Amino acid sequence: MSQIGVDRWVEESESRQQQYSGWTAPARRAFDKVRPGWRLALFLGLAALYPLLVSPSGVRIGITVLILAMLALGLNIVVGWAGLLDLGYVAFYGFGAYFYAIVSSDQLPAHWPTWVAIPVVVAATALLGALLSLPSRRLVGDYLAIMTLFFAQVFVEVVRNFSRLPGEPTDITGGPNGITGVDPWTVFGFSFNTFNRNFYLLLGLLGLLIVGLYRLNDSRTGRAWRALREDTLAAEHMTTPVNRLKMLAFAVGAAIAGLSGTIFAAVQVGVFPNNFMLVFLITVYAALILGGLGSIPGVVVGAIAVAFTPEILRNPGAAGWLFYIGLLTLLLVTLRKRPMVAAVVAGVVAFGYLLRAASLAIWGDTILGVPNDTFTGGFLDGWLLILGEHQDMASNYAFVLAIVGVLGVILTRGWWRVVALIPTIYLAVFVWENKLALQPSITRQLLFGGVLMVMMAVRPQGLLGTRRVEIT
Amino acid sequence: MSAAILELRGLTKTFGGLTVIRDLDMTVGTGEIVSVIGPNGAGKTTLFNMISGIYQPDSGDILFDGSNIIGSTSDQIANLGVARTFQTLRVFLNMTVRENVMAATYGATKTRMWQSVLRTPAARREEAEVRELAEEKLAFFGDRLMGYRWDQPAYSLSYANRRRLEIARAMATNPRLLMLDEPAAGMNPVETHEITELIGRLREEAGYSILVIEHDMHVVEGISDRVVALDHGVKIAEGSFESVAEDPAVIEAYLGYGAARSK
Repeated sequence: MSQIGVDRWVEESESRQQQYSGWTAPARRAFDKVRPGWRLALFLGLAALYPLLVSPSGVRIGITVLILAMLALGLNIVVGWAGLLDLGYVAFYGFGAYFYAIVSSDQLPAHWPTWVAIPVVVAATALLGALLSLPSRRLVGDYLAIMTLFFAQVFVEVVRNFSRLPGEPTDITGGPNGITGVDPWTVFGFSFNTFNRNFYLLLGLLGLLIVGLYRLNDSRTGRAWRALREDTLAAEHMTTPVNRLKMLAFAVGAAIAGLSGTIFAAVQVGVFPNNFMLVFLITVYAALILGGLGSIPGVVVGAIAVAFTPEILRNPGAAGWLFYIGLLTLLLVTLRKRPMVAAVVAGVVAFGYLLRAASLAIWGDTILGVPNDTFTGGFLDGWLLILGEHQDMASNYAFVLAIVGVLGVILTRGWWRVVALIPTIYLAVFVWENKLALQPSITRQLLFGGVLMVMMAVRPQGLLGTRRVEIT
Repeated sequence: MSAAILELRGLTKTFGGLTVIRDLDMTVGTGEIVSVIGPNGAGKTTLFNMISGIYQPDSGDILFDGSNIIGSTSDQIANLGVARTFQTLRVFLNMTVRENVMAATYGATKTRMWQSVLRTPAARREEAEVRELAEEKLAFFGDRLMGYRWDQPAYSLSYANRRRLEIARAMATNPRLLMLDEPAAGMNPVETHEITELIGRLREEAGYSILVIEHDMHVVEGISDRVVALDHGVKIAEGSFESVAEDPAVIEAYLGYGAARSK
């Protein structure tokens, strides 16, 4: 290897920068040239068209996506930047929602004007966040996580059970029944009382939030937060007042959650304890981690993916496609050799026809039920047994057999694996069409979990995140 | 010797039953380079940790520029003008090289969060100043940390460059006393030689007083105005490099009783 001087090394540094490869490379290079401001404008512009294209229920889903995006951006400050594992975050969202609902409904009764209610609620939530940061002075990592988790749990229990102050007749939180009849946001006489209006309100706030966070990240405060995450001790030695910055991270994150909560309460026209359970916290974390911890566009994309995927899976046809594509991908990944793939496909087709013919010969065609009314279901009709009256029992046994088959596939190698795959795939399709496709509410969760697992396995750093180096 | 910038009086620290530093008196004069040597476990890093505020001493005083800094937090001490590097490198790995140095200016800057969000003229001005300061500090290391490296993550740097980055970061806190914990550890002979020259330049050009822990005796010989030898937390020798190197107690601490006697 020839020696090169420092000057040339520096000169050629451009060419050593990360190179894109594959067929998406030109598009990605072009996208890299777009400035962040224009990217945001593009995103907001496209999102603004969304309500025009979908039904009111679609707009409602869009609102869920935007609230989730705002929450995930707030959580990103605490977890993604400052590196503090906060599992009490959902309580700030709940606190904001409840506080707004209490001062904007017949509950007290009080109907504060929006321009009073919002600043007060947001400031109070920020204060609560600052309070919860106190344990983080001494606790980090898992210990802080457990501590904050208690807080989230305590919040829900308090709201559910201590609905009135001792000796006071007034019901404050409504207990398990929650609060209903919450006022919409009203600014200068303009009331955000429809899904469309709230959608645009949220979109505007999200845009402002993204600009603000983008600037904050690249500022004195943002750098101090990230230094804190990388090495708290070193950050402190480099003139960073660690405790104040932890408090600031908690407070700002909480304020964003509180603001999101007020809109949630207004859109839902009510608040209930069940809205603020740990399941929802996990959803926010899923959006954050799936999108890419620490990355603003990543978090927004993560929120979109996490909120939309279950809605897409609600449609049995779409869920079916996902199932079959997943099956095919799995087949290609586990075999890797084309003759084997061809053998498996041929084997599965033959196996299906033989089994169907044999079953009909033994039991007659009275066992047949009605094929599923989806594109994939229609395509499989004539090959697959769709059972009639014994459907439930048979598919339960088939489920167990399919799992045994999967174990067989894992334990075998080479052509034995091909042999094991043939009945396993048939059984999987059988179970899907006879059982899972008919119960979308269960299947949805299963598939959603599967999608998340695959996405994280493929990109551990998240969709738009950058890989972090811990120790080298 | 001019007035002492750092003065330790009767410093004692115990961990459980183990006395790590015993009744230590020591000074660093303004503009002086003092080396602390001693075998592993002699208490050198504990000494640094007490000065930088990680540990509280059990008794004794630490006077920086005449005032006692015991009880102050590490960020307060850093703001007063004591900066340090770490024996095990502690750069902010997932931040860019420039950001690493800029992060060390937190205490010296004033921009509030809302000013950053609104990008007010004051915030922009300060940001530009901090950026310039960081680049100036990085330029101190010649072309080692220049140009395209500024925007690369710190984890992409080599070991030697991470050490340099840590020193640049410490310089950005605008210190008067710089404490270097084994700056030449893990360096090859050429880099070790560079570090020796660099420490001299840090005093001549940047005007710091320097307290350094070092095991490499070539480095110690090359830089020190004065050497302090510790063993089991007790100061066993102090003076010029030559006098300390010849001291029987020091030879005994490093090589054992027999070696000391045969001398």
